[in-house]
Amino acid sequence: MTMTSKSLLALLLLSLVAPVFGAIAEYSFDSEAEEERFKKLTYEMRCPKCLNSNLAGSDAPIAADLRNEIYNQVREGRTNDEIIEFMSSRYGDFILYRPRLTFATFFLWFGPAILLVAGFVIVRRVMVSSQAQQGTETTLSTDEQERLSRLLGDKQD
Amino acid sequence: MNKRLKLFIPVAIFLMMAGFLLFGLTRDPNVVPSALEGRPLPDFTRPSLFADQGEFSKADFLGDILLVNIWGSWCIPCHVEHPFFLELTENEPDITLLGLSYDDSMAEDRLFLEERGNPFDVNMVDLGGSLRIDLGVTGAPETFLVDKNGMILYRHIGVINNTIWNETFMPLLEQIR
Repeated sequence: MTMTSKSLLALLLLSLVAPVFGAIAEYSFDSEAEEERFKKLTYEMRCPKCLNSNLAGSDAPIAADLRNEIYNQVREGRTNDEIIEFMSSRYGDFILYRPRLTFATFFLWFGPAILLVAGFVIVRRVMVSSQAQQGTETTLSTDEQERLSRLLGDKQD
Repeated sequence: MNKRLKLFIPVAIFLMMAGFLLFGLTRDPNVVPSALEGRPLPDFTRPSLFADQGEFSKADFLGDILLVNIWGSWCIPCHVEHPFFLELTENEPDITLLGLSYDDSMAEDRLFLEERGNPFDVNMVDLGGSLRIDLGVTGAPETFLVDKNGMILYRHIGVINNTIWNETFMPLLEQIR
């Protein structure tokens, strides 16, 4: 690989990285913990305008507004729970990519585990009952026994 | 349990899931539910778009049927909606039209209203940007119908036209008039 193609490749790869970090670069933080919280919150909240992207990755004006709001609240020392409560009281649970545990989301959270356990229980019961059927001894009457050995004897001939 | 009845358990589960999914099909995933419908309008004090008109707060509008429209001169759908509001303010004089514009285009917004007409009874600027967040706004245009007690009845995302007005807003207005 020549020098030019190497640097071109490097440039190409950099261009992939830029949009991801572009949104965060404009903010400065006092500590890494603050920055981590900001990243986590903007990654886990949904942009209300563009529906299929999070606040961190959206160019919509409202996403920029909400990033600023989260930034200010992180800097003011509000907890994640407080910020999440602030957002969901204005935008509803809709804004949370990590759904909260409520009556309505119970099946969403525990449905897969419930189905898995139910599947195990059903498979086990089917196995037990089929084993039980195999285990039952059947006794033949003398007539039947005679007929059976006759049939088997015929086959051997 | 009866063995025969047991055979119907998978069918019952299937029917339950089918019903659930069928219900899901009737819902439009693009409709963002508003957390504020049925809740009071958030408190605010914001300056007028026009320098000589001071500022307004929530208390100034209690007792009025209020239509809050979030707009900006940079928002093209708002241009489409603008003639509708010019007509509305003529036809429905008892509704207070409150235009809330973004704080990043005040000069352009004033020019827009001077050139094309001002349908709003009050023009306010969301200086600082936090009122649009308090309202759970997703973008412009967006319109809130507020009753005389300051309760938000309905939030509409996007352009309002005559059809939407007659089908969605009129029935609500009839209830609160």
